[in-house]
Amino acid sequence: MLEIRSLTKNFENFAALGPLNFTLDRERVLTVIGPSGCGKSTLLRLIAGLEVPTRGSIHLDGAAVTEPRSDIGVAFQDPRLMPWLSVRHNVGLGLWRWHAAERTAAVDAALAKVSLSKFADALPKQLSGGMAQRVGLARALVARPRLLLLDEPFAALDPLTRIKMQDHLLDIVGSEVPNVLLITHDIEEAIALSDRIVVLEGPPARIRRDVLVDLPKPRKRTSAAFQELKELLFGELFPDERTLAA
Amino acid sequence: MTDASTALSAPSELRARAHLPSPRVVRSLVLPLAIVVVWEAVGALRLVDPTLLPTPFAVLKELFRLTTSGELVANLIVSSRRVLLGFAIGTAVATLLGAVTGYSIYWRGVIDPTVHALRTIPGLAWIPMFILWLGIDEGSKLALIALATFFPTYLNFMSGIARVDRKLIEVGRVNGLTGARLVSTVLIPYSLPFLFVGLRQSMGVAWLVVVGAELMGASSGIGYMLNDGEMTGRPHLIMACMIVFALSGKTTDLIIATIARRVLRWQDTVEQP
Repeated sequence: MLEIRSLTKNFENFAALGPLNFTLDRERVLTVIGPSGCGKSTLLRLIAGLEVPTRGSIHLDGAAVTEPRSDIGVAFQDPRLMPWLSVRHNVGLGLWRWHAAERTAAVDAALAKVSLSKFADALPKQLSGGMAQRVGLARALVARPRLLLLDEPFAALDPLTRIKMQDHLLDIVGSEVPNVLLITHDIEEAIALSDRIVVLEGPPARIRRDVLVDLPKPRKRTSAAFQELKELLFGELFPDERTLAA
Repeated sequence: MTDASTALSAPSELRARAHLPSPRVVRSLVLPLAIVVVWEAVGALRLVDPTLLPTPFAVLKELFRLTTSGELVANLIVSSRRVLLGFAIGTAVATLLGAVTGYSIYWRGVIDPTVHALRTIPGLAWIPMFILWLGIDEGSKLALIALATFFPTYLNFMSGIARVDRKLIEVGRVNGLTGARLVSTVLIPYSLPFLFVGLRQSMGVAWLVVVGAELMGASSGIGYMLNDGEMTGRPHLIMACMIVFALSGKTTDLIIATIARRVLRWQDTVEQP
């Protein structure tokens, strides 16, 4: 269970986030959505342990998150691969404590999930943008984290690849990863993937609306329920333009 | 629109390339050959006094004499040894110190200002002190070369490590890399291109400085031969030594550049010669 209590982050004189309270437990995929600059990436960086909260706390299964942890996987907006390492070594970057045989097996499995087994020995410069992003996803998954954090992982991809990745994300993540926290500003992506959607406003980031999404998966983007939810979220994200959406 | 023309020209271009050295090599030889031709013409037409400017032929003859007598090889070995040993000492210290000051802001504050102050002292100014401290023999020569080769490598490597991409550091951190492991997995590979730039500059400096080092009481080395040519009024010997320096410097630079290309083949950049 992820518990966030009175979480606040200030950068020098700038209030970026909070106070923020929410818990994530049963819902498998929680999406945090909000306009750009509202502080949603700061939230992800705090949960990843890359930033220290000014006030408040983050607990995962009862243990406080104060620095990066091996049971929290992170995929960033850009692939962030080490250009000097092969795909295989990029994916296995965090597994240096593991036995070689286990590491190889885990990396092979992660690469198979993102359909890049053939590129295990390629260098990042030989990959397309979409492939590099999948390597970044494989790296975040390889240690079977308790919580997977995705920071707009498909934002830089072309629309076709993006929809394909969205449709396959949950197969790729697999059942071993109990919770996924996805940050996005793409309303359709949020509805297609999430069990729950938290709409942020800010800065400083605060919860504007918290919606449980109870639609059967896979979700048809053209269905009436999908469109209805899309309109609702659009209204929450752009309150001044509600009439435009209607 | 240009499909037809490229389809026609491509095969003939390939055929031509198979029999000729690469255009890059040809291009790099045009200027030196032109200089030799003009230089020989100036000498042959007696436009300049040959005691002031010996002809390329005279210089070549001198090079041939020095080679067959064994003088050149013996002195080149001595100079190369000084260059390589001084370079090894200077760049090893520079790499270690650059890694420390690049990584730690605290140690950068302690060490870096002093290094920059020392850097402004001309290399030749150190010569009397090195002779005083280390004697007239090899010690003072190696110290001078080591000192001169230290700065380019130190400055480049330090700035490479200090400039490492914050995003890659974050990837390292979320993957559990800290301390020495973070340095060896992310910081050092990231700054290797900077290190190689520094090493190439240092090697160039080493060949510059060895002449100065061999002016102080040396009895061997290419710098000594050059000095000897000056003392005995033999310009063809001086120019022969200059050519040996040029070739030696170019050779060592080519070796480092080749190693760099192999080590840095992951770089996504346009191929540089």
